Amino acid sequence: MSKVTLSDLLPLLPEIILIIGAILILMYGVFSSREKARLNEIAMGFSLALILLIFSMTILSWSSGSIESELFDGAFVLDMFSSFVKCLILFSSFFCLLMSVDLFKSEELSNFEYPVLILFSTAGMMMVVSSGNFISLYMGMEIQSLSLYILASIQRESLRSTEAGLKYFVLGALASGMSLYGISLIYGFTGSTNFSAISRLASEFHAPDEASLGLVFGLIFLLAGLAFKISAAPFHMWTPDVYMGAPTPVTFLFATASKITSIAVLIRLTMSVFPVMILQWQQILIFLSLCSMILGSFSAIGQNNIKRLVAYSSIGHAGFILLGLSAGSQAGLIGVLVYMSIYTFMALGIFSCILAMRRGGEAVESINTLSGIAKHEPMFAFLFATLLFSLAGIPPLLGFFAKFYVLLAAVGSHLYGLALVAVLSSVVSAFYYLRIVKIMYFDEANQESFDPISSIIHVILLISGGISLFGFAFPRPFMYIVKTVVLSFL
Amino acid sequence: MVIWPVISFLIFLPSLGALFIFITRANEGEDSLNARWVALWTSVITFFLSFLVWAYFDSSNASFQFVERYEWFDGLIDYYVGVDGIAILFVILTTFLIPICILASWNSIKEHVKEYMIAFMLLETMILGVFCSLDIVLFYLFFEGCLIPMFFIIGIWGGARRVYASFKFFLYTLLGSVLMLLAILVMYWETGATDIPFLLTYEFPEKLQIWLWIAFFFAFAVKVPMWPVHTWLPDAHVEAPTAGSVILAAVLLKMGGYGFLRFSLPMFPLASSDFAPFVFFLSLIAIIYTSLVALVQSDIKKLIAYSSIAHMGFVTMGLFSGNIQGIQGAIFQMLSHGLISAGLFLCVGIIYDRVHTREIDSYGGLVTRMPVYAFFLMLFTMANIGLPGTSGFIGEFLSLLGVFQVSGWVAAFAATGIVLSAAYALWLYARVVFGVLEKKKLIQINDVDWREIMTLAPLGFLTIFFGIYPRPILNFTAVSVSNLVEHYNSVMSISREMHLSLMTGL
Repeated sequence: MSKVTLSDLLPLLPEIILIIGAILILMYGVFSSREKARLNEIAMGFSLALILLIFSMTILSWSSGSIESELFDGAFVLDMFSSFVKCLILFSSFFCLLMSVDLFKSEELSNFEYPVLILFSTAGMMMVVSSGNFISLYMGMEIQSLSLYILASIQRESLRSTEAGLKYFVLGALASGMSLYGISLIYGFTGSTNFSAISRLASEFHAPDEASLGLVFGLIFLLAGLAFKISAAPFHMWTPDVYMGAPTPVTFLFATASKITSIAVLIRLTMSVFPVMILQWQQILIFLSLCSMILGSFSAIGQNNIKRLVAYSSIGHAGFILLGLSAGSQAGLIGVLVYMSIYTFMALGIFSCILAMRRGGEAVESINTLSGIAKHEPMFAFLFATLLFSLAGIPPLLGFFAKFYVLLAAVGSHLYGLALVAVLSSVVSAFYYLRIVKIMYFDEANQESFDPISSIIHVILLISGGISLFGFAFPRPFMYIVKTVVLSFL
Repeated sequence: MVIWPVISFLIFLPSLGALFIFITRANEGEDSLNARWVALWTSVITFFLSFLVWAYFDSSNASFQFVERYEWFDGLIDYYVGVDGIAILFVILTTFLIPICILASWNSIKEHVKEYMIAFMLLETMILGVFCSLDIVLFYLFFEGCLIPMFFIIGIWGGARRVYASFKFFLYTLLGSVLMLLAILVMYWETGATDIPFLLTYEFPEKLQIWLWIAFFFAFAVKVPMWPVHTWLPDAHVEAPTAGSVILAAVLLKMGGYGFLRFSLPMFPLASSDFAPFVFFLSLIAIIYTSLVALVQSDIKKLIAYSSIAHMGFVTMGLFSGNIQGIQGAIFQMLSHGLISAGLFLCVGIIYDRVHTREIDSYGGLVTRMPVYAFFLMLFTMANIGLPGTSGFIGEFLSLLGVFQVSGWVAAFAATGIVLSAAYALWLYARVVFGVLEKKKLIQINDVDWREIMTLAPLGFLTIFFGIYPRPILNFTAVSVSNLVEHYNSVMSISREMHLSLMTGL
């Protein structure tokens, strides 16, 4: 083992700065004698700046070409794929923090640890995405999850929030246990925790038609644990409760960054570690995708709480992402990356809409409170409707292209039945998205309007809605990036 | 030839108008006039622009003209537009009807005028996009994009059961078209291309053709609509505002017929000929059954909606006869039905604005107070029946002629539809217009004003004009249609030869 010099650590610099920065903010909060409000402002401001800094570092390292490196015997991998996913994660963490600014000022969410925990979970996610070894993978996953458990229950006064945290913790621990058991099986049958070593061994010992049973078992447990994190049915039970109980910006983090992280791991495992076992993992992914799409579309119909509805809809979207992944092809990977990126943008808008739903200083969550809102708040209703149509995948909105690319991949891999179920379930899901549009536009306005929407939420909503509406016009730079990433990954 | 990108301009000019309405202060009261005028002017300019395209169009050339092509989603979807002899007519039909729709909703739409006009302008962009797309994914985008503005038009400005109708319309058509999306993807993986001119020359294997044909059939059959997937139409028509019904009957239904003509027939000729008897069967049921249903309706709009389904039955029948007369007849029938159904729905809208009911029994004896109205309704009723001298006759006659060459029986049954249409249309006319004017609400009813005449007169004029002199339309489509039929026949004869040689080989 060669000696690691300081300059070798350069690829790890963003993570190092993030962790140290987060610890510094935490220490400052503990030892500072300032009053609470001022402290919170400082913590939030520094956290936003820190994320922005890391974001620009990731982009810079990309454009300067200092990418594709391994550290610690391959335990930490920096490649274009991980940078791309990190950008998405940092993007959603940044907006999660930005969305929280107003809540953070009010009494609802005033622990100064809140932004720090988001920073820690972001660091964990970045580790996960870059890990090339099961040990570092598990470590990153736990950093991420432990921070998220606390974040889910951060509103200590609220019964729902504590319930969400507890549920997420118990079930999350179970999922981590399953992943860990899977990892131990894989280690037992290959003798290594290093991805490239496992990949080499798997392809050496692997006859095309018969897989090593131990490896298959390990893979199944590992995938089950990951399916829990991306809330794919039948491992979705926690999703509606946790989504409803957690503070809305944290829910946004669950729906985007946390999901993206686990999908990135899934991609790495299936496409680069176990590509030879495609016949085995493809079946699992197809099953997960099928269940998620059907469950996501049918269960959301009866929901009246907007956050529960979004939770079920996110299960359906996870199904679509898995559909792209189960294609197991280059087109599938393009589809998954496109879907994740577009979904992040749309979810951003949807969650800022949920944050805007406040009446008399209280957050309201029943979708019936939206009735006739188009009269009072035409711009809000318009953007919300745009986002909903986009989520439903109606062209020419951006959400359509997300679905288009994963369906393209599925058809290309001859998964006709799965693609058929996908489009049919997207019709079913169109129903509940339309239902919200109907409540906003067709129903009588019988209640008073919402509280004035804060300018931050307004700007976020405009960005997200604008991109969903006009994004179709300028797809080329983005598609170019995605293609470059995919080509470098495979 | 016009050098500047005239087709793109044509497609996106209405959107530009929508954007303009969006940014102007035009919401309530006096200001809503702004929205109306902007919409009217935009649509009139679009109409003249499409006229320009028509004037410069070379009708002796079967290929696509005014073609524009830019790379869009790299290597996958191109922005690729242009028109041929068939598409240009539908483009003109659309641009011609939109100003009429705007005029027709001038006074009847009182709330959310701004949003209404925006929805209509966006709808025009989507419809024109459908007819001009030369990339199959682009076509799909516009085809489904129509759903959003139409959903709002029915849902916000519609009648009592508007929510039900708008949901049914949206989900029904969405369900049909997602299957087409899958077929499009399969075609992409088969050919590696999405541009229509190339796909038109590609020969798909017969087995694949059948699957693709079925998937496309779902999308277009719902849109046309054919029996038994027609049930969304009466609801949508009854609940939509007048202009919504007009655009729905006159243009949106034609997108289904256009789809059959552009995709099903030329791209999957073998499957088309295999399924032709099936289509004939459905068309016959549509013609006879829906005519009978129309006979017992008590709601005027519902009656006309069912009569639309019956008349679209002639279109699908004519298309799948696969010969020049049938296809020319089907195209002609689509255009003429566009004019006639628009006229009929406008007529219903006029009395609905005055009396606020669509029940046939609430009317009677209108001729004494509204002679001009009675004249126009008479004109469109006769045209709907297919009286010689009106455009309805030419379309129905040609499509019957085309079908007769394939099967005499089908033509014979279809001809009974004409008799039935005479029955329900004349009976409706008699009940609404003739008789004694004794209903209280009708005593003070006024005849049509200038604005309403402005909407009816052009439609009435064209209905008679094309009834007497159909050549402009037939000439325009002739080259494209004969090209299509030639291709169809050559594929058929090749496959027949192959079958024969197989048989003799055995």
